[in-house]
Amino acid sequence: MIGVGKAKQYANVLDKPLSRGRQEVSLSAFAFLFSELVQYNQTQVDNIAELERRLEDAGYAVGARVLELLCHREKGNRRETRLLGILSFIHSTVWKVLFGKVVYLITFCIWKDNLYQKRYVADSLEKGTEHEDEYMISEKELLVNHMGAFNCGAFVAGIVRGVLDSAGFPAVVTAHFVPIEGQQRPRTTILIKFAEEVLRREARLG
Amino acid sequence: MAPLAPRSGDAVFASVERVNAELFTLTYGAIVRQLITDLEEVEEVNKQLDQMGYNIGVRLIDEFLAKSNVSRCVDFKETAEVIAKVGFKMFLGVTATVINWDAEGTSCSLVLEDNPLVDFVELPDTCQGLSYCNILSGVIRGALEMVSMKTEITWVRDMLQGDDAYELRVKLLKQVPEEYPYKDDD
Repeated sequence: MIGVGKAKQYANVLDKPLSRGRQEVSLSAFAFLFSELVQYNQTQVDNIAELERRLEDAGYAVGARVLELLCHREKGNRRETRLLGILSFIHSTVWKVLFGKVVYLITFCIWKDNLYQKRYVADSLEKGTEHEDEYMISEKELLVNHMGAFNCGAFVAGIVRGVLDSAGFPAVVTAHFVPIEGQQRPRTTILIKFAEEVLRREARLG
Repeated sequence: MAPLAPRSGDAVFASVERVNAELFTLTYGAIVRQLITDLEEVEEVNKQLDQMGYNIGVRLIDEFLAKSNVSRCVDFKETAEVIAKVGFKMFLGVTATVINWDAEGTSCSLVLEDNPLVDFVELPDTCQGLSYCNILSGVIRGALEMVSMKTEITWVRDMLQGDDAYELRVKLLKQVPEEYPYKDDD
């Protein structure tokens, strides 16, 4: 009979049916948890760079699992093989499921080498092209930066790296604060630099 | 100003900002994994999770009291009901049930059927003694301590270890009356 008795016990966690992904928890629950993660890591490291690396590693593990989950549930196990495909998967599906919205702009960014470090977004878009292996996701209100600390973007960068790596697109992903004229809070930018092999493969595939 | 009526768990949950539970679940998993890698001993991990939960609990109680408008609980029974129905719902989106009161009314069990912390989780053989959700016991302990109740919280049933639900035994050790920071007769 429906609704009678306790939930069925599954011997193997893989046999349990996947939820539809609509369940929610409060933002503050996540905020508390995330702040404990950051505070714990602060006790384990000596400097900011190491802290960011640890947050990124934590995010990496999340990203790898998110890819599996979303691929199975949202895309019917179809695998992305093209660069634009995986980027579009990240900025729409992944961002929408995890952070509840689509990112404001994904700029297929072409940075000149000396503009790589923390420069103005607007500035760089005008310059010429030198690096075709770098892409940017620009986010005005990054969820984890609600906490106010600089290095929280590293966690999200880790998630993106985890997704890309597990999907077969190894990349170096970093988070930067980019101050924008006329806005109080700087925009967080996730910078993705793909590995050589990815670009070669992409070129080969035409 | 007249005191506001206490709000139900559902009403509060509907009014707070929410995030996807899977992000929450996966982040918690990342924390536990980091702890296991760093500390290696399962008992140490349990203790650290409890401590983290305690740190969260002492801050969480403020938000809980502010958002839910519950009035002072008359006795521990009411406290347990409020935690199960309003507290859990407000933060985790699930409710717990309170069962198994002992004769004096100082000890009870909170039972969770649905737990967003443990989706997708399976304990490997090397970590069988791990109380994966130990952060919850710390949270409750920390929160109650801030409202002058010293408690002891243990896990009775754990689905990850083969049981059919999550059961937390909450035992009130003592009620510490609030101390005023200054004497009345100064």
